[in-house]
Formats: sequence, structure tokens, C-alpha cells
Amino acid sequence: MSIFVDAATKVVYQGLTGSQGRYYGRLNREYGTQVVAGTNPRKAGTDVDGVPVFATVADAVEATGATASCIFIPAPGVRDAVLEAAEGGVEFIVAITEGVPAHDEAELYNRLKRDHPGVRLLGPNCPGIISPGLCNIGITAGHIALPGGPVGIVSRSGTLTYQALYELKEKGIGCTTCVGIGGDPVPGTSFIDCLEAFEADPETKAVMMIGEIGGSAEEEAAEFIAERMTKPVSAYVAGVTAPPGKKMGHAGAIVSGGRGTAAAKMEALSAAGVRVGLNPTEAGELMAEIVAELD
Amino acid sequence: MDLFEYQGKRFFARYGMPVSAGEIAFTVDEAVAAAERLGTPVMVKAQVHTGGRGKAGGVKFAATVEDVRLHASAILGLDIRGHVVGRVWIEKASDIAEEYYASFTLDRSAKKHLGMLSAEGGVEIETIAEENPDAIAKVWVDPVDGLDADTAREWVAAARLPEAAVEGTVAILQQLYTAYVDGDADLVEINPLILTPDGRVHVLDAKVTLDSNSTFRHEDYDAYDETQTRDARETAAHARGLQYVGLEGSVGVIANGAGLAMSTVDVVNQVGGRPANFLDIGGGANADVMAGALEVINNDPAVRCIFINIFGGITRGEEVANGIVEALQRVDIDSPIVIRLDGTNAEEGRAILQPHLSDTLRMAPTMLDAARTAVALADEEVDSGQGSVQ
Repeated sequence: MSIFVDAATKVVYQGLTGSQGRYYGRLNREYGTQVVAGTNPRKAGTDVDGVPVFATVADAVEATGATASCIFIPAPGVRDAVLEAAEGGVEFIVAITEGVPAHDEAELYNRLKRDHPGVRLLGPNCPGIISPGLCNIGITAGHIALPGGPVGIVSRSGTLTYQALYELKEKGIGCTTCVGIGGDPVPGTSFIDCLEAFEADPETKAVMMIGEIGGSAEEEAAEFIAERMTKPVSAYVAGVTAPPGKKMGHAGAIVSGGRGTAAAKMEALSAAGVRVGLNPTEAGELMAEIVAELD
Repeated sequence: MDLFEYQGKRFFARYGMPVSAGEIAFTVDEAVAAAERLGTPVMVKAQVHTGGRGKAGGVKFAATVEDVRLHASAILGLDIRGHVVGRVWIEKASDIAEEYYASFTLDRSAKKHLGMLSAEGGVEIETIAEENPDAIAKVWVDPVDGLDADTAREWVAAARLPEAAVEGTVAILQQLYTAYVDGDADLVEINPLILTPDGRVHVLDAKVTLDSNSTFRHEDYDAYDETQTRDARETAAHARGLQYVGLEGSVGVIANGAGLAMSTVDVVNQVGGRPANFLDIGGGANADVMAGALEVINNDPAVRCIFINIFGGITRGEEVANGIVEALQRVDIDSPIVIRLDGTNAEEGRAILQPHLSDTLRMAPTMLDAARTAVALADEEVDSGQGSVQ
């Protein structure tokens, strides 16, 4: 089992005709993802490597039965692209694009919640989602993930997501689904959304969580874990030594006014019973211990 | 992007908010000329991207043009928390009856915009929050709805502002919200917002941080990029389009991905070293980007060793390795380098690096091993540096 996506997920790529969309669309299809359509209002009726291109997401959904969309549109167009996808009838939207203004993200979050409560947005500025062996939407290198579970992964950071998948694969541990929620200030999907889904997924037996400095998403996740999670969790939080007031790459990765420090996040997670590693390797080792104890 | 106070006031003025007339001055003579045009009394205000200007002597009242000359001489060149004052804002002085506080920022937890208003302005909001949290009236605005006049009015009532200030403040709060949203700001703050003895509500200070992701729809924001505070290393990295943050240590860090770069900085600290920087070269790690990153790090005189930490995802190990080898041929590096290469086709990548390895170019199998090696090399370099004649 997996969360949010599975082998039946049919994906339309918004921006399939662009260089990024074409490249990752092809890689996702080679992995086995059902890449059923692309969109580009000026190139409707054409195709990219045999994948039909439609003018709008609505057209693509009608013609192909697409259930998800993946957005490779440049940042200025992401707001409209997400709304087009939601109105077009897909249930799951993955926005890979980085550099989307925070005000667009805040508006999207609230507008989707109000007008399209059944639609889930992942991202923007995220690596996407992979259920190894079933479906890979986004820019994760499929072969670094071992299929089968029992671990679910949720991460705010791209490269550390890969690192986590890799650490587990090296230990022979599979993954049910790995969700990269992205490091921006208002992500469409939160840690808690993923933890809730993993808790409900019978094949996921444990969860590995990778956080970052900034905001309070990890603290909120810790609260959720303490109150609602029965499955064991291991975690790592990047940016322990980040100086206050300096943005560390991601728009969200900043310690301001003494809030959002890695130390506070690790403490909250530990207090919730999470096994917290001091680096990604240690978090992987802790997960290996958890998996060994599972039976 | 942080705006200076004068930039913030000009930004606010575009949305119709009442700010004082003023001019920016880079020299004492310019300050004096500005005061003569404006007419005294004026305020002489240091323009720096940091708080605590008043306490540091960076804000002075000048009753006469002679006072302006005196104060501008003292303030220009003043060091305020590490920021050297290069420009002063000369503005008409205002009479103050009362001081308030008003701001908007994003509440990431609530995923809504948070407005804060207090009748106790003039001091830092953190201080009010700590000493008298009830004095801050908060409002959460759904970005889809925006801030209407009724909500603004209730909010002002909740903050218990005096009757005389209500109408003016309601208007300014709505303008402030528009400036915040339409201007794509991360933060807009007025402290103090003042009530004058003749009953006008007026903006006396401006703190504005703009979202650098929004520049595609604000062509004029490029001008703010030039007035950001960056050290020489950060300026060099910025010019090469690299995500760089200068730190204080001796181990130069290069990694692909913001999370991994942060993690690398953490691990260097964990094994007892001190990182010189955070540097994210992104996913690709090709020769051009790697060469640019090495140049920036190599020009940092504090760097004694360089730690390159790459995890190949879509980018394969051999591409990364070829990029590193080519970059090393293009840039003359003074410090020893330790590489950790893992992920996709790491074996193939390591094989490419193998023939180039030496005492000054080492490879380590894991992040921790690489960090330990890099820190040990940096310490050795410091020791030998101390022993030689500089």
C-alpha cells in the first residue's frame, strides 16, 4: 500500500512541453508512472514522446481520466496552474516549481481548502512523491528507493529525502511512500497530513521524518505524534547550527526571533517519543533499529 | 530583501500612507543641504538593516542646520551592531502625542496573514509581547477575503486606541494590508505609528521585508537588491548565482541541495570543527557551478580546508566527479579538499576521482568520515600557518 498515489494514478504534466517537464515526464514514465497527458494551450493536439498534449487540464481529464497533475510551469504561472488543475478535476496536484511567492502559496492553500476541499496540493518547491515500484511523480531518482515498505518517509528537504531513501536501501529497508513536502513557508501538504495518512496505511509500520529549521511544523507534528500516532517514528532536523536571521537556501529555512530552532524541534520530537538522530545517517540507523524491533 | 527605512517609507507612500517629507543623504554636506530645503527642525536617522539605532546614537533631533551638520558627522560612519552607516535620512520632525505599533506578517502555522496592533508602540514588539501580551490585538486575515473596513474597525477597538486615532488608524491599516499583499512583503511594520497633538495618525518609521521570489511581477525591486547588506564573500557568491551564507569558521562547505548543505554545516560542527559557510550548488553540480563555488570558497582567507559533500539523485556520480575534476583544473585551490560522493552511480564517480587523489585531495566514504578528515586537515593547516612566517 501507499499513500496519496498508487499504480492506478494517472498523471497529467502541466508544462510537459518545456525542457524540465519533458525530461522528468520521461523519467517518471520510464519508472512506470502512468503519464497520460500534458498540457499547453498553444500546443494542443501535438504529443511529447507519444504522450498527448491538451489545451487545459480539464480537457486532459476528460480525454484520459487523469487523477493527478504534476506542475513544471515557471513560478509566475504556478498559482493559475494549480487552480486550473483543481478546477479541471484532478484530486492530487504536485507542484515541483521553486521560487513561488509566499503570498501565492498562502492564497492557494486557503482557496483550495474553501473551493476544492477534496483536492490535495503537494509543494510548491518540492521533489514530489514516490511509492517505490508503483508510481513516481516529480524529480526523485527512482532507483535509490527500495519498494515494499515497511517505512514511510516525509521530508521538508529534497536532497535529504534522497539521502534518507538511500540510507534505508543500503540497509535493505523498503519504503511504502516517500513524500517531499518542500521547504516553503506555506506548503500545500504538511507533516501532519502525511503522518495521518501513514498512520492509516496498513503497510506502513514506521515513519521517518526529516525536518528543517524555520516555522513550527515540526513542533506541530510532534504534538500530533504524541496524541495520535501508534507507529514508531525516527527523525532528523537539519540546521542545528544555523545562525539566527540568516536564510539557509529555502525560503522557509530561517531562525527568527528565537523561534524555529532545530534544538527546540528536536526536543519537541524527543518528548513525543520520536527517536531523533543528529545527522541523516544516524536517523537511518535509528530507523533500522525500529524496523528490527517491529516483527 | 530588507528595505532601509527611507525605502520603506517611499514604498508605503505609494499606497497612500502618510509619511514625513524627507531626503536621503550620503555625505554631511548632502544632509545639510537636505535640511535647508526641508526646513528645520528635522530628524537625522541612520539607515541600516538592523534594529537598536536609537540606543546606538543613530537617530538624532536637529533643531538647526548646525545641529544637522553635527549629528550627520557623528552618525555617518558609525558602527551599529556591525553595520556601518553609509547614508542618513533627513526628515521633517513630528510632534508626538501617542505612539502605537502596527504590522502584518505571515503566520505559517495558521496559514493566514497575522496583523498585530498595539497602543503601546515605540518599543520593540518582542518587549511588549513579553511584558504585556494583552496590549497586542491580533487579527488573522484569510488571504482570499482580505481585510475589510469593519474588521479593521473591530481590530482597532480591540487594541483600545483612543477615539481620536480610530478613523486614521483604520484607514492606515487597510493601506498597510494592501501594501503588504500587493507589494508581496514578508513583513510590513510601523513602529511607531503616531497620533500628533493636532489629531493626525502618521507613519513615523517603516520596516519592510519583501519576498525575493516576487521580483518577476515587481520590476522596480531589482533596485533593492543593490542595497542589501552582504559581506565580500556573499557578494561574490551572489554574483555567481550561488546560495551562500557566510559563517565564521575555517572549513569551507560545498553541498548540493539546501537541506544537505545545512546538514553538512551541522556535521562539521558535531565533529568539533567550525564551518566557514553554507553553500548550496543545487542539483546539477556541473563543472561551471562547481568552479564558481570553489572560487568563492578559495577567496575566503579564513578557509583552511574545503569539504565537498555531494549526493547524486537524478545527477549521476560520474557527472558529478567529472565536474569536480574539471573545476579543479580551472581553479587554483590553496586549501586541501575532502570529497564525499554518494548516491546514484557513486562507485563510478569515485573511480573517476581515484587517480586525482593526493594529500590535498582526499575522499571519504561517509559524511561523518569526511567531516572528521576535513576538520583535522583544517586544524593542521592552522597549526602550520602559525609556525610559518606570514
